Amino acid sequence: MILPTFAFIYSNNKHKTEKKAVVRRIKYEAELDHNFGEHIAAHAYGERLMSCIQCGTCSATCPLSHYMDYTPRKVIAMTREGFKEEVLNSLTIWLCASCYSCVVQCPRQIHITDVMYALKREAIASGYFPRRLPIPVLAKAFFNLVKRNGRNTESWLLVNLYMRTNPFKMFKESILGLRLLLAGRMSLIPDRIKRRAELSTILKAVQAGKGASKS
Amino acid sequence: MNYLYYPGCSLHSTGRAYHESMIAVFKALEIPLEELDDWNCCGATSYFSIDETEAFALAARNLELAENQSGNGNANLVAPCAACYLVLTKTQHYLTTYPDIKNKVNDALDKVGLHYEGKTSVRHPLDVLVNDYGLEEISRRVKKPLKGLKVACYYGCQVVRPFATFDDALYPTSMDRLVKALGGEPIDWPLKTRCCGGSLTGTIQEVGLRLSRALLRDAQKRKADILITCCPLCQHNLECYQGRINRKMHDHIDLPVAYFTQLMGVALGIPEKELGIQRLFNKPHFTVEAPMKGEPVHA
Repeated sequence: MILPTFAFIYSNNKHKTEKKAVVRRIKYEAELDHNFGEHIAAHAYGERLMSCIQCGTCSATCPLSHYMDYTPRKVIAMTREGFKEEVLNSLTIWLCASCYSCVVQCPRQIHITDVMYALKREAIASGYFPRRLPIPVLAKAFFNLVKRNGRNTESWLLVNLYMRTNPFKMFKESILGLRLLLAGRMSLIPDRIKRRAELSTILKAVQAGKGASKS
Repeated sequence: MNYLYYPGCSLHSTGRAYHESMIAVFKALEIPLEELDDWNCCGATSYFSIDETEAFALAARNLELAENQSGNGNANLVAPCAACYLVLTKTQHYLTTYPDIKNKVNDALDKVGLHYEGKTSVRHPLDVLVNDYGLEEISRRVKKPLKGLKVACYYGCQVVRPFATFDDALYPTSMDRLVKALGGEPIDWPLKTRCCGGSLTGTIQEVGLRLSRALLRDAQKRKADILITCCPLCQHNLECYQGRINRKMHDHIDLPVAYFTQLMGVALGIPEKELGIQRLFNKPHFTVEAPMKGEPVHA
């Protein structure tokens, strides 16, 4: 199946190289980040990461694994070995739709979805994620909207997403938006909580607490 | 029992019909339901991709508000949206398993005079209706049985996984039993908890549409007249993109997608207007005499 957007961003010019050259496709041990696995496993519910037996149940049960560049099983193996750049650059962590089917079927009870969240946060924090990929942009837009209003307004979120990624898409989606609006299923008025100051105090205190625990 | 209602952001916009039909059904069954005052967003999946502790604090504020509002502290917080339900249950699990995260969250909540103790139990309306209220009582109140209506019950992923305890994580049956109690025929459908694509329909649509299509095609192949769901995002994905799937992938999908509360409301004899049926793009027919096909969607 051809996926046009992917093909554009992630083409691996396999067919163009006619001359066969000897290329090293994998890193040697000394090039790996040996602490990466331990670092990810230190996140909440990540501690069982090291007990993975590489059975592949997660990849088999994942509804998105055939669109991923590395299957979930591979991501776990690579994370443990320290392929930091490859894992954080991969599409896999962003394609994970948090459906938790791997979590309930994993024979080692690894919370794979939470490992994926830990990797997503790591990728955003270190700026590794693939450019033009809308998923982290959506996550950031959502984060800012909720931080400000206490609630999410879907229409604002989507306009924000399209303005940042692909403004043309907004025109494509406008018909659906209009139909939703007419059916009373979308609102342009932002939804807000009453005690916004209380919420921002809480969130600021969380950040302050983090700073204190680090030092 | 006292129930507090946590609508979540989606039920104020795309899932408005879910909100309306749920209120109508609870009213018809005489279950008292009170909205949680000044609730905030649960954080959903996106917030967890940026900052975990903040996400837990967001969810914990709601749990704590519920504790305060219920008076005695033992609140039943009803969250109909699958993502809200998951995030709230997940937060409870994490805060019990990791005391240090709980302390951090509580330190932050203390600043505004709140304190999370973990007394709130998070419930899904499906759980409340099937297990608290009971199917016998529901079937006794049915006024228009859904005779012969073949229903595909779609649970989606986040209602039954991974922290919910009221049903099986891979092959749940609550909604099927509910449909039977209403007089309908639930179809045997192995894909009932397969992911619909979630927010991927908005971000990487090539992938999102394919996931939704797989579900719709299979439900249609199994001769379902209607697909019902208990998640606002699933309903949106499965209904609004049928026209686009048909055009892009040369398919012939034409399947009404409704909320399970809407189907329930119809069987209980509640007027369709109160259930938000007029908001659906592909209008379902609930009687077998009429043809089951709605108008094709041109989205």
